[in-house]
Amino acid sequence: MKALLIDFGSTYTKVTLVNLDPPALVGTSRAPTTIETGLLDGLNKALEAFSPEQLDGITVKKACSSAAGGLKIVAIGLVPELTVKAAREAALGAGARVMATYAYTLSDEELDEIKELDPDLLLLSGGTDGGDRKNILENAARIAESGLSVPVVVAGNKSAASDVKKILEKRIPHVVVTRNVMPEINVLQVEPARRAIRELYLQEITKAKGLDVIQQEVGLAMPTPLAVMKAGELFNKISGKEVVIVDVGGATTDVHSFCDGRPRKSGIVLKGLPEPFAKRTVEGDLGMRVSLQTLLEVIEENDDLHALREYVDRIKRERSLIAANEREKYFDRIFATACIREALLRHSGQLKELFTPEGRLWIQQGKDLTEIDILIGTGGALVFADDAGSLLRAGLRLENPLQLTPRQPQLMLDHKYVLYAIGLLAEDYPETAEVLLQETLKSLGRI
Amino acid sequence: MPGNNRIVLGVIGSDVHAVGNKILEMAFEEAGFHVINLGVMVSQEEFINAAIESDAAAILVSSLYGHGEMDCRGLREKCQEAGIGDILLYVGGNLVVGKRTFDEVEELFKKMGFDRVYPPGVLPEVAIKDLKKDLGL
Repeated sequence: MKALLIDFGSTYTKVTLVNLDPPALVGTSRAPTTIETGLLDGLNKALEAFSPEQLDGITVKKACSSAAGGLKIVAIGLVPELTVKAAREAALGAGARVMATYAYTLSDEELDEIKELDPDLLLLSGGTDGGDRKNILENAARIAESGLSVPVVVAGNKSAASDVKKILEKRIPHVVVTRNVMPEINVLQVEPARRAIRELYLQEITKAKGLDVIQQEVGLAMPTPLAVMKAGELFNKISGKEVVIVDVGGATTDVHSFCDGRPRKSGIVLKGLPEPFAKRTVEGDLGMRVSLQTLLEVIEENDDLHALREYVDRIKRERSLIAANEREKYFDRIFATACIREALLRHSGQLKELFTPEGRLWIQQGKDLTEIDILIGTGGALVFADDAGSLLRAGLRLENPLQLTPRQPQLMLDHKYVLYAIGLLAEDYPETAEVLLQETLKSLGRI
Repeated sequence: MPGNNRIVLGVIGSDVHAVGNKILEMAFEEAGFHVINLGVMVSQEEFINAAIESDAAAILVSSLYGHGEMDCRGLREKCQEAGIGDILLYVGGNLVVGKRTFDEVEELFKKMGFDRVYPPGVLPEVAIKDLKKDLGL
């Protein structure tokens, strides 16, 4: 019995072949993703790396995808710091790309913007349970009248939910009501919304994106970021360690953390909405190939800026370009370090100093990652680098002690590039997933 | 309790006095209110945001460290800007330092838009009775 795990990425289609009994990795392969000619072309190309004997006996096929733009979500709530933020966390945790977020009553201009963004799904929240009803009812009416016809997940005030559903259902084809993302002030409840988004993704959105062929052929199970997240959750559960994953991809850099992130010292007051234990952030402007223009903006200084720009221009013309010489490899290292550093800064919390009549105090916002045990690097930029360890170390170099980034984690590399496959196997074949974890995680020492 | 019984409670500014805050939370909950307690070191924006999301009927502000005047100024105006200008605002505690009488203090805070002002040492029952009356509960 074998399982074939596939990741249709924005740049590459990756496959992992595993034995289920006894659990063992058979091999991995990849080929450029083929959006134009249908995704199966790229998959077949990737499978050419295996012999017919190796491909014999596959009983399980599962795939994840971030091709065709991934799962694009627009999140809507009432107050920016409260339900809007909660809705955003829920969408990110479902493996989505959050295209935009909106607060208060949607204006005509904002509705036009949403149409322009062409999301796969709207996540509509607003009001605590028993709290504000007006906002979510108004927004539902405005969405229904706007002519938008994307599926909507409703995760707001439960006292308004059935009315919201009635209003939306008149015009919107798929409306799913789930539990509130923020049932009480400063209480985050993202799991029900995450599940509802995933179900809608599998039932409706893959069809709308033309991924239903893939769905039938190989069993599309989830968006790729969710697969990586599930791998992290499994590792956290098995090892009991606090874990951060940095995934440097072609178009985005994702960071996942699995820890409570609460203050580590006395005299620190935690403010703001609580953070989810499994938190994901995705930086759409930090990527190795697609988002280089914006990445250039965070690379402050470099001796060779002119040559760097030329390299960027070449990559823009050919996205699957691989660094050809030492100099280009050096540029790729600069990009990767910038992605890691910037993405970790944005994911982690920070401290603010405050002087009060009681003396000096600290306010913490976001997660404290300073004492996490393990940092795992993945994504092509790290997996195929000659010196992933030094890239991670450079990305972790401490510049501002008030930023609660990881300080001395054990560094590990997903060196077989199979975290997505582990996530795809985690629910149904946990033993195989565990064996793959042991196989792929290679220690790179401490910082 | 019928009607809107949701109230937002918290200690404003950089004030970390947590004990009275807990006592107030218990007392108001026992009296049948749905208390959204934001705890200590609460900014004006946090009070307002919580009141909007929970569609609260009143905001109850405590200040024990003498900076109440500075911390509370502009709260009513911000509520008006945020669309909840009619919300009930109560304030109590050691609101100011110096030699002002409570009458002066009460006048000062009423001018700032607070509906009820309480001196130090007032029992929760007094405020509970007032609040029930003001909300018609």
